[in-house]
Amino acid sequence: MRTAIHQGRRTFLKASAAAGGGLVIGFYLPGLQPIAEAAAGPTQLNAFVRIGTDGKVTFVCGQSEMGQGSHNGLAMMLAEELEVEFKDVRIEQGGIDPAFGNPRYIGFKAVGGFQATGGSSSIRNIGGNVRRAGAAARFMLTSAGAERMKVSHSECAAENGFVVHKPSGRKVSYGAIANDAATMVAPADPVLKQPSEFKIIGKATPRHDTPPKVRGTATFGLDVKRPGMLVATVAKCPVFGGKVKSFNADRALKVPGVRKVVQIGSGVAVVADGFWAAKKGRDALEVTWDEGPMAKVSSPGMYQSWAELAKGPTAAERLRTGDIGAALAGGAKRVQAAYEVPFLAHVCMEPMNATAHFKGDSIEIWAPTQAQSWNQHWVSQATGLPPKAITIHTTYLGGGFGRRLESDFVLDAVETSRAAGNVPVKVVWTREDDLQHDFYRPASYNVFEAALDANGMPTAWRHRIVGTSILQYFKTFGHFLRKDGMDPTSAQGAGDYFPYDIPNVLVDYVNNNPGVPSGFWRSVGNTQNGFLLESFVDELAHAAGKDPYQYRRQLFNKPHAARLRAVLDLAAEKAGWGKPLPSGVHRGIAAHFAYGSYCAEVAEVSVAKDGNVKVHRVVAAIDPGWIVNPDTVAAQVEGAIFYGLTAALYGEITVKNGRVEQSNFHDYKIARMGEMPKVEVHILQGKGEQGGAGEPGANPVAPAVCNAIFVATGKRIRKLPINPETLRS
Amino acid sequence: MATTISFVLNGKQRSLRVDDPEIPLLWVLRENLGLTGTKYGCGMALCGACTVHVNGEAVRSCITQASQVAGKKVTTIEGLSGDGSHPVQKSWIAEEVPQCGYCQPGQIMSAAALLAKNRNPSDAEIEQAMAGHICTCGTYNRTRKAIHAAAAMMKKGA
Repeated sequence: MRTAIHQGRRTFLKASAAAGGGLVIGFYLPGLQPIAEAAAGPTQLNAFVRIGTDGKVTFVCGQSEMGQGSHNGLAMMLAEELEVEFKDVRIEQGGIDPAFGNPRYIGFKAVGGFQATGGSSSIRNIGGNVRRAGAAARFMLTSAGAERMKVSHSECAAENGFVVHKPSGRKVSYGAIANDAATMVAPADPVLKQPSEFKIIGKATPRHDTPPKVRGTATFGLDVKRPGMLVATVAKCPVFGGKVKSFNADRALKVPGVRKVVQIGSGVAVVADGFWAAKKGRDALEVTWDEGPMAKVSSPGMYQSWAELAKGPTAAERLRTGDIGAALAGGAKRVQAAYEVPFLAHVCMEPMNATAHFKGDSIEIWAPTQAQSWNQHWVSQATGLPPKAITIHTTYLGGGFGRRLESDFVLDAVETSRAAGNVPVKVVWTREDDLQHDFYRPASYNVFEAALDANGMPTAWRHRIVGTSILQYFKTFGHFLRKDGMDPTSAQGAGDYFPYDIPNVLVDYVNNNPGVPSGFWRSVGNTQNGFLLESFVDELAHAAGKDPYQYRRQLFNKPHAARLRAVLDLAAEKAGWGKPLPSGVHRGIAAHFAYGSYCAEVAEVSVAKDGNVKVHRVVAAIDPGWIVNPDTVAAQVEGAIFYGLTAALYGEITVKNGRVEQSNFHDYKIARMGEMPKVEVHILQGKGEQGGAGEPGANPVAPAVCNAIFVATGKRIRKLPINPETLRS
Repeated sequence: MATTISFVLNGKQRSLRVDDPEIPLLWVLRENLGLTGTKYGCGMALCGACTVHVNGEAVRSCITQASQVAGKKVTTIEGLSGDGSHPVQKSWIAEEVPQCGYCQPGQIMSAAALLAKNRNPSDAEIEQAMAGHICTCGTYNRTRKAIHAAAAMMKKGA
């Protein structure tokens, strides 16, 4: 048995024999595992691909599947390079391993490595390695096939799971030569197929995870069962940052089925035979809290203090060009506005949960997590066990949206298992826990000021953001929080990519948070900043008396905005911009760049006399560069539009005396089927780097809808969510 | 106050003892009987993820006490067809409805209950029947389309 290691672009590609026979292709990261260990044998090979002697192909995926279709898309890329039919590829969720890390971020400073699913990155960042693995396997299999048939390798081709000798038509199956292929040397830099040769990539391909999801057999975190497993709920201080002062478990322990009541870092866990007993036990539990300073904080005061800070002299600069002071003073017309965006919850349909078994010197975890590496790191920090003693089994995720990049729910399970006496425990959060102990999309107060020239075009753009920071809470990336307070995630989309051709610009940020946990929410800073930029630029268009679509076209005239202009044009064309609409229906348009993709949306909206807003249709155009599964891209844009829309219509977390006021779907409303507009998605595959598909669609919808509301009513929405009271006619 | 409850579950007579007569059917299905296809989403009948059939009616198992189904017929997603061959499941696959998939068993159970009564529902009737469901992945348009497709399939006798 030989093991070959070669250095590729960023990782070593490695091949070996599989334990039960057949070929395994994996990756190896320089520096993260010693070469000597690799040379010793294949026992620890972290497989990407396994080809059995029965010809079965298994794709082992380190990415998490939360509905975004990464498992399927990556498997399509593998099948393409390997020359097998997609339906013959079995997809297996991988464990935790540095080799599954995102290769784009190797060397990027993050704790614990970079096996995580977020930032619309799976296809564009992991796909390259998957294709290399497939192409390497194809090369080795055709080599082995040529040897077996005693013909020249150059006369052989891979087709549908066979190596075919072209001149004679003789063929041999992958399964028959998998063992031979495992003795071949893996090519250092396997030749990838050209796009013109693609048979699978680019075609709408049914998802392998659909049948189990419609049969109810897909296993989510909440569905995990372990022998001897107990179920726990955790009483957490309703006030952010509060701590347990004391508790009395007597009444809780009298609830039939309750086994133990234990204190953990986040509160008091009630451990029982099942969820219902754990919940009843928690209801009976008496806890006295030390509520801490947040007990004096409420939402209105937060926004008032932010409005004051918006006038202050100190802020961290995000973008500065030209001479903003002179340009603001010298314009023909000046436009000013203040905007507010609220805290938002993620509302994954599967409430937070995790199962853990603390075994003294090792820990096994089953979790619906987006962040294997970071959880391993933080569990290691919390328990003192080395990372390699911590195993994480990733289940399907019932929604992620960035919430499951956090480690709080996993730590709950680990600490409860340990405190309860090293028994396997599933910690289940109720929906109320989920809404009240989230890491919310940052809230912010914003002031804008612009100067227009005699033609109505902006010569100056001044935007100050005052609001909460994500990185203050997300310690994994804490080092990216600048000393001056700049949080590039909270401010994302406001100045890092600035699409408008305006000569004098100042975008700055004041980081202020009395203590509301803030986190990554689908598209992160882009969701609120996309709304803000594309609403205010719409104000400028109207102030100039110009068509909002044509105004943007003119502002998107720098080379870096060319692809944004192209999707703007496509969305406008497909929506019939300028053409008559039914009486009472009005259009709004918006465009935003995020995660490597350009997206524009046109919304058709009517506003009833009582102020209620109806969104009839959204036409979207997205350019993510080249794509893998067009149906998944469309589904992601549809879903992102819904996510952005329900937030614009209803989403708002408010805080009173340090507590979240909302508790379940009756007061944190989510739009239902009847409120879903018709959605059309048009895909452009522009030249340039590949972008993501999961998040960019979420950004233009709120401004497009609000811009349409302005046309319908003459009222500008400067505070989300949209309040129908303000739109009554 | 342990009590014994008997009912027909997915075509089979079942009898089980529960400690608490107030325990919702949802948790009995998931934890006592191991049928985890029925999901917990809100515990207040607000999201529909826990929908099952009781005597053919779509009900929210999170607020239905297990003791209330004594003597009744309960069908969960696992028993809808057994093999995924119910027209609603087939159309769900054909239309690629699910994303994360968590809310889908509940949506499918409501759709199947609707079509059992109304073989040709309008958009408005579908929206009314599905109004109790929340899907934060935003699959509603595909859901509506899949219900129409399932109705067409049932008309053809598939």
